[in-house]
Amino acid sequence: MTTLSFDSSADPILSRRAEIQRIASASVKRRKVYSKVGIGFCLVCLVIACIPLLAIIGYTIAKGLPAWTTTFFTQPTKPEGIPGGGLYNAIIGSLIIDAIAIAVTVPFGILGGLFLAESDGRIAGAVRFAADILTGVPSITIGIFGYIIWVKNVGSYSGYAGAFAIGIIMVPVIMRAAETAIRGVPTTLSEAGLSLGARKLTIARRVILPAALPGLITGVLLAVARGAGETAPLLFTIFGNQFIQTNPAKPMEALPLAIYNYSSQPYNDLIQIAWGGALLLMAVILVLNVGSRLISARLRREQR
Amino acid sequence: MTDRSSTNNITQTLGLTTEEVFVAHEPGTSKVMRLEDVSVAFNGRPAVRGVTFDAYEKEVTALIGPSGSGKTTLLRALNRMHDTQRSAKVTGRIMLGDTDVNDRSTDPTLLRSRVGMVFQRPNPFPTMSIYENSVAGLRFNGVRKKSLLDEAAESSLVAAALWDSVRDRLKVSASTLSGGEQQRLCIARALAVEPEVLLMDEPTSALDPIATKRIEELIGELKDRVTIIIVTHNMQQAMRVSDRCAFLLMAEDRSGELIEFAATSKLFSEPDDPRTLDYVNGRFG
Repeated sequence: MTTLSFDSSADPILSRRAEIQRIASASVKRRKVYSKVGIGFCLVCLVIACIPLLAIIGYTIAKGLPAWTTTFFTQPTKPEGIPGGGLYNAIIGSLIIDAIAIAVTVPFGILGGLFLAESDGRIAGAVRFAADILTGVPSITIGIFGYIIWVKNVGSYSGYAGAFAIGIIMVPVIMRAAETAIRGVPTTLSEAGLSLGARKLTIARRVILPAALPGLITGVLLAVARGAGETAPLLFTIFGNQFIQTNPAKPMEALPLAIYNYSSQPYNDLIQIAWGGALLLMAVILVLNVGSRLISARLRREQR
Repeated sequence: MTDRSSTNNITQTLGLTTEEVFVAHEPGTSKVMRLEDVSVAFNGRPAVRGVTFDAYEKEVTALIGPSGSGKTTLLRALNRMHDTQRSAKVTGRIMLGDTDVNDRSTDPTLLRSRVGMVFQRPNPFPTMSIYENSVAGLRFNGVRKKSLLDEAAESSLVAAALWDSVRDRLKVSASTLSGGEQQRLCIARALAVEPEVLLMDEPTSALDPIATKRIEELIGELKDRVTIIIVTHNMQQAMRVSDRCAFLLMAEDRSGELIEFAATSKLFSEPDDPRTLDYVNGRFG
């Protein structure tokens, strides 16, 4: 075997290949172990991160489910110390306040998002920046803002004031989600519209917005889920009401506020009602989240 | 390392018998990669099926065919890139030397250090410098020896015709390079691991004609160093760079199949199959 030396010395590439492959095979076991350990660590972190979520859901179900009786959904709250009563006043209040907030903010949010998506100018940049800041503003600040702007000027606490404050929370969320959804529509589609002689607004209305619909719906539902769960903006604006009030010009009750108020009461039946309300709110938000996914997934499938 | 063990390694890694190492290498004498009845299916639906051909050492093998014929799908089966996709299933036999690519005992990461890949779009790691990009594969494979890293970086950058223009800015981020340079860096990155086979998936489709020309010249220079299998949608490119050609076509059931495998000169001038003739004459596709 005298010729054995010719290969490795004559061809640096072959000898390097041999060395690299030797190192790679020698280290493959160690790398496999590292990889396994890393993946295991990821799993552990995942489990730890999920524990609070599962604990909260479990605890709320355990505590809240017994409160779910027919009276809970059909009767207003009874005064302290008197057993019975439910959260009908808060449920109806939340529905009305959130409905008003949605009706007002969805057009603003989506049209604003359309503007942001179609424009890269200075104004759009400033608005985008403002929207991002607004998303991060503590909700208690927005509650105080609602109090000063609406309650102080109008002269009374009201459902409108609550809807105003909730709307301020929702607008930037919808706007940014709408922008993302609209930007996700391929530019080739708007170019196709342009090439057919359509105007910008026509393209937006007939091509872009329909194509972006799944994303828009998701954005709106997520914004609603966010707004419906907020307590602080309502704290200074709707005042609370133990009676059924369907006139949004008057002080109203809402689910998050009722939970906040009743949970700090020394009466067991009120605390019980608060747990029931917490479970209801959680269920609504879960339904909105899951629902938005289902709807957008389904629309996307149909668009294809 | 003794001479004996290195030679054993070489014969092993190349999958050759000892005799074969010592015969003078003429192009097309030894088969580096052998495909036997290879099929790839996604969710049970075949995307390409029953492909059999061999890739020869010191040659460029081109996979050509219209879009949908499964060229890229087939290419990605050769270094087990389909592993990352649960719905994909590769059947048939792919042999790299005497390693069965799809065998359970074959470690996919080790396999991929022997079968490198260059993608359609240049994808250098944007946070790494040019140097770090060129040796990334070595580091991933556990190489720490500085001298080996430096040697491999220079050798691969020289081979990728990039050394002269980047030797003074090796520490600069790879994203400062032009598209063509980035793609050559990706080729260097693949070469640095000294793979036996280099898979190229339409490596020039995102580049301008001048950058494309340089990559094509490079491919011709590289085939002494590494066996190349290239997917291209461009027939002229296949003609310019390849020694052998596999022509794939989408069958009635929308899965790709191999129509003809032959020396490039034969496939483009007097193919056996009339469909090949129609395709290379530009009558369809």
